[in-house]
Amino acid sequence: MKRSTLRNLLLVSTFLGSVAMANAADVTISIESWRSEDLAIWQNKIIPAFEKANPGIHVKFTPTSPAEYDAALNSRLAGGTAGDLITCRPFDQSLGVYKKGNLADITNLDAMKNFADVAKSAWSTDDGKVTFCVPMASVIHGFIYNKDAFKELGITPPKTEDEFFAMLAKIKANGNYVPMAMGTHDEWEANTMGYYNIGPNYWKGETGRLGLIKGSEKLTDKQWVDPFVSIAKWKDYLGDGFEAQTYSDSQNMFTLGRAAIYPAGSWEISGFNTQADFKMGAFKPPVPKAGQECYISDHTDIGMGMNPASKNPKAAKAFLNWLGTAEFASLYSNALPGFFSLSKHTVKLTDPLAQDFVSWRKDCKSTIRPTYQILSRGTPNLETEMGNASANVIKGTETPKAAAERLQKGLASWYKPQQK
Amino acid sequence: MGMITTRKPPFKWHIVVFLAPAVLVYTAIMIFPMIDTMRLALFSSIDNHQVFVGLKNFKTLFGDPRWSEHFWNALGNNTWFFIIHMLVQNPVGIALAAILSVPTLRFAPAYRTIVIIPTILSFVIVGFSWKLILSPLWGIAPSMLDMIGLKSLFHPWLGKEQYALTTLALISVWQFIGIPMLLIYAALLTIPEEILEAAECDGLTGFSQFWKIKLPLILPSIGIISILTFVGNFNAFDLIFTAQGPVAGPNYSTDILGTFMYRTFFGYQLQLGDPNLGATIASTMFLIILIGVCIYLFTIQRRLRRYQF
Repeated sequence: MKRSTLRNLLLVSTFLGSVAMANAADVTISIESWRSEDLAIWQNKIIPAFEKANPGIHVKFTPTSPAEYDAALNSRLAGGTAGDLITCRPFDQSLGVYKKGNLADITNLDAMKNFADVAKSAWSTDDGKVTFCVPMASVIHGFIYNKDAFKELGITPPKTEDEFFAMLAKIKANGNYVPMAMGTHDEWEANTMGYYNIGPNYWKGETGRLGLIKGSEKLTDKQWVDPFVSIAKWKDYLGDGFEAQTYSDSQNMFTLGRAAIYPAGSWEISGFNTQADFKMGAFKPPVPKAGQECYISDHTDIGMGMNPASKNPKAAKAFLNWLGTAEFASLYSNALPGFFSLSKHTVKLTDPLAQDFVSWRKDCKSTIRPTYQILSRGTPNLETEMGNASANVIKGTETPKAAAERLQKGLASWYKPQQK
Repeated sequence: MGMITTRKPPFKWHIVVFLAPAVLVYTAIMIFPMIDTMRLALFSSIDNHQVFVGLKNFKTLFGDPRWSEHFWNALGNNTWFFIIHMLVQNPVGIALAAILSVPTLRFAPAYRTIVIIPTILSFVIVGFSWKLILSPLWGIAPSMLDMIGLKSLFHPWLGKEQYALTTLALISVWQFIGIPMLLIYAALLTIPEEILEAAECDGLTGFSQFWKIKLPLILPSIGIISILTFVGNFNAFDLIFTAQGPVAGPNYSTDILGTFMYRTFFGYQLQLGDPNLGATIASTMFLIILIGVCIYLFTIQRRLRRYQF
């Protein structure tokens, strides 16, 4: 008995040893990422699909928690222990990594043909000449609503700002639902879900954003103040004590069915799908006047680049090229509804809510959040101040005009093109 | 025994050996990082290289209104935080100790335990629980006030500029009230019975006995508590961070030096971390505390009279 156990053990170890030998001939590359919640999706769906298409290359997904990612990545890059592929945050975080020589120049990669310039802008140098990450996905802003509640109240999604406020007034008059689930406690919620959500319709998307960067537009111009005026009116339609309501409070408030509308980013979709037991729909940010062209915030959020110190640059490049394929676009967008592929391929989405969001790309022009490129490099930090100002405006402790003036003063204090 | 009593005592190696672990550990995790922080404050990152810039960072912190405005705001908030502790935590702590030391009080150990429990809880638990208690959505504070018909008194305290800092200071008081209570309680127990009996013979009892006899005798302990409160409050960070997040809202009304330092050092959202300026703030915090402690030591501590029994 004992002897046979031992023999089996030896036999097994021989086999295992030979398997390990076979593996050693192949290459293994690893991915640095902050998306630890996506671990299962990468291991079960994305990586097997890649490994099937590229025999001989093995991929390991090794995420760090979001809050630690940037610091941990920088120290691993400095110590030479970072993975072959690096998940890129948009704009300055990654630009900084590139400037330190820790992201390879992949401008000429084949896969880059499949991406538009606005998609690449988040991972290119300021002059647009060098691109260092393959764009993976964007998130779109809009409003998610409780379909059952809308049916009960007999209302339909609004198209214009007037309709929007008329609808909110109607929900409030009914009294069964809090019209909108949003709080100002965390501040970033106010600008991300409020100002950046409805704003592009006023500042005409890329026109306004680039105007601000060039210095031809100012934050005190009408098109930048008007969205503040609009969100200042939200106050009456938020829940009691919204001043102390946090981001997760807002999420729970909506998914528990207490609120009718949630000013959203599309990244909420998968969470809401599991939490809410009512039907959900989405409507795009209402335009100020009927018949105006619409703009949506289709924000570049996640990309992937290559560590120049990688020992397997060929395998890493193969993976990056695969990120530009229609297969990856479809896999990723469907596995993570709410994260939309940035490639030019047409992707069929199975999730109806995600489909709602992505359908706006057809009718509206895409832009990204105005503060993300270049404008948040100085002190005071425009992004942080934008959260502060939006929260103040919604609470009514600062007027839209005063807030815009303060932001403009802060921006002009360090940004040359705005000093004219 | 006879071995030790030689004329020239040998060098006492055992003292070095016994002190070594503590000294080494303390140096490695406290003294060295502190000195290195101060060194970091004198450097600046230029083109990815650390360059010595002298006191330039301090000039930026105090001279540039974009930084100094936040700094003074944080220092002011820290001071208010400290004042609330001095006005509420310590007097109430002393009162609790005085009540507990009354010999006829029943269940004293139980009360003592109850008061001390919050102190052993983690900041995260305290911050999170109170955030929930005070939440306008799920909290029990609004419904409890509603039960006694005082719903109109409820405000989203943590979300209003005028209340948030005071609310957090009171939460912190709730958490730490056990410390002054324990220290004072211990001091009260060391007062010899004879003194109290003598006081009683002279007709001093109850409140006037506490005021005239006990209080002067526990003054040194109150001094120690004040300085502990001062150091703790100017180093505070955890409670504000867990309850309000790194931007210490609403509108920076709860921003204290700790959270200001954290945002500067590690960055927040699109704001990249600046370790050098962060270290500058940390060094300034250290200096503020150092000055505060020195003032206490050289002016107050020396004047306190101690009584030997």
